[in-house]
Amino acid sequence: MSTTTLGTRRTAPAPGTTPGNPTAPPRRRAAWVPTLLLLLGALYCLVPIVWVVTAATKSRAELFTTFTYAPGTGFLDNLAELSGYRGGVYWQWMANSALYAGVGALLSAAVSGLTGYALAKYRFRGRDTVFNVLLAGVLMPPITLAVPQYLLMAKAGLADTHWSVLLPSILSPYGIYLARIYAEAAVPDEVVEAARVDGAKDLRLFRSVALPMMVPGLVTVFLFQFVAIWNNFLLPYIMLGDDHKFPVTVGLYSLLAQGANEPALYTLVITGALLSVVPLIALFLGLQRYWRVDLLSGAVKS
Amino acid sequence: MASPSTRPPRRLAPYGFLAPATLLFALFFALPIGYAVYLSFRAVRVKGLGLGSHARQEVWAGLSNYSSALADSELLAGSGRVLLYGALLVPTMLGLALFFALLLDVPRVRFSAFSRLVIFLPYAVPGIVASLLWGFLYLPTVSPGYFLLTQAGMSGPDLLHGNGLYLAMANIAVWGGTGFNMIVIYTSLRALPAEVYEAARLDGCSELQIALRIKIPMVAPSLVLTFFFSMIATLQVFAEPMTLKPLTNSMTSTWSPLMKVYRDAFVNGNVFSAAATSVVIALATLVLSFGFLKLVNKRADGGS
Repeated sequence: MSTTTLGTRRTAPAPGTTPGNPTAPPRRRAAWVPTLLLLLGALYCLVPIVWVVTAATKSRAELFTTFTYAPGTGFLDNLAELSGYRGGVYWQWMANSALYAGVGALLSAAVSGLTGYALAKYRFRGRDTVFNVLLAGVLMPPITLAVPQYLLMAKAGLADTHWSVLLPSILSPYGIYLARIYAEAAVPDEVVEAARVDGAKDLRLFRSVALPMMVPGLVTVFLFQFVAIWNNFLLPYIMLGDDHKFPVTVGLYSLLAQGANEPALYTLVITGALLSVVPLIALFLGLQRYWRVDLLSGAVKS
Repeated sequence: MASPSTRPPRRLAPYGFLAPATLLFALFFALPIGYAVYLSFRAVRVKGLGLGSHARQEVWAGLSNYSSALADSELLAGSGRVLLYGALLVPTMLGLALFFALLLDVPRVRFSAFSRLVIFLPYAVPGIVASLLWGFLYLPTVSPGYFLLTQAGMSGPDLLHGNGLYLAMANIAVWGGTGFNMIVIYTSLRALPAEVYEAARLDGCSELQIALRIKIPMVAPSLVLTFFFSMIATLQVFAEPMTLKPLTNSMTSTWSPLMKVYRDAFVNGNVFSAAATSVVIALATLVLSFGFLKLVNKRADGGS
């Protein structure tokens, strides 16, 4: 199986396309122009990241007066002030985000795995209809869903609870799509048949034969859904009123909106923004070996 | 293939596996959509002075919500703004994504693992945070660009007012989305057999010619996919303009159609008109999506 993860590289074929230059062996010569252009792209991507790192170290007085990228002296004060803001509500936001994204993505990967496997490995009436209807869900603008979802949640007495954000995040049409492609490629029909001949029941077959084979694909589904839920703004913004249930995105937004009248809050917003991206970046760097980017382009080969 | 004797017990199993997804779909997709359509045909009539519990009554409104939604100049203006924003954003983002993916694929390119990771990094940054960071960087007192320009005796463009706002918004989305699309395109480049390039090189093709004549046509399916998802994401822009709003007074509360629906439903309290508008947006999205897919399929059929 060909696995292309974010970290792998194909060794570059190096035929003698660089004639001349007898001093350096031709196959070792670096392509400097593409390298430089790529580094420029990387620099562009780092501009706001480096900014938030330096800005978070600036005190209120330094924020708008010192040079953009000059480090300041107030990081620990900012951190202490953010942690103390309204009894540590910021950390509550982070915990909420972790809850919504962690539990939501886990359940999402489970449901996607089950659904994707069934769609890939069974032939049954209505299979294509189910798949197409689920997939059409991707096209639904979130606002078309979120407004009536809110009204229905309110009727059920669930609006402004953790459930109102968690439950609608579980079903991921995109996750099901990925799980289906993955199951098709990674779970051989022969293995399923062999296990069935050995007398394995459907559920047991899924749990002990198919599921282990689908783990790399499901890790990818988990990661995508984790990022999608962590970064989601519209749904929790509509569902929640009590700011103790906010995820960090909505919390930061409310802090920024308040900062428009109270610029003293800007240092808190910036420090909070920095801390809010740390978990996701850590997750990506930590798990980059385990998730399969090739799923995205549909280029799965077994 | 399974023997007929194993068929009957297998019949029910797939439906059982699909049950959780079906239940969730019914509760959180189908039911809300149905409810939105229902609400879009309803309205509140106020009787008398509007006092007392029976003074406000929900009644059938026919198509009146739709006709007022379609006649609403704000919705039209918002759609125009989003189309202009998308016209700036999508070609720039996908052009850069393709460009970087091709650069990563050039033989003997250095620091490619580093560049790839750093360009992908913004994907992990929420739209709210990305807009917040760029929003500050657009402020003349913070921006390093302004600092350099004023040192040189020039004045910078105002990115938070007037037409500059489109550039400001598009830049945030380009920053956030290029890396993700680059990885999708790059991955499909990697899936191409290396022998094709070897043969082309032996025939005397330059790297540029290989990129233009072989690589780009072969990653066309990925480009279609990334274009499709970028288009849908553009139509749904909400968090980014909401975040810039506190930083500039030229961002109105109805800048994008989604913001207008939010304002109608939750600020003005008219869920009926909001429902009609969101159904219109959903239909427009579906028509655009299927139109696009049909166009692509037609091209693919015509080409083969």
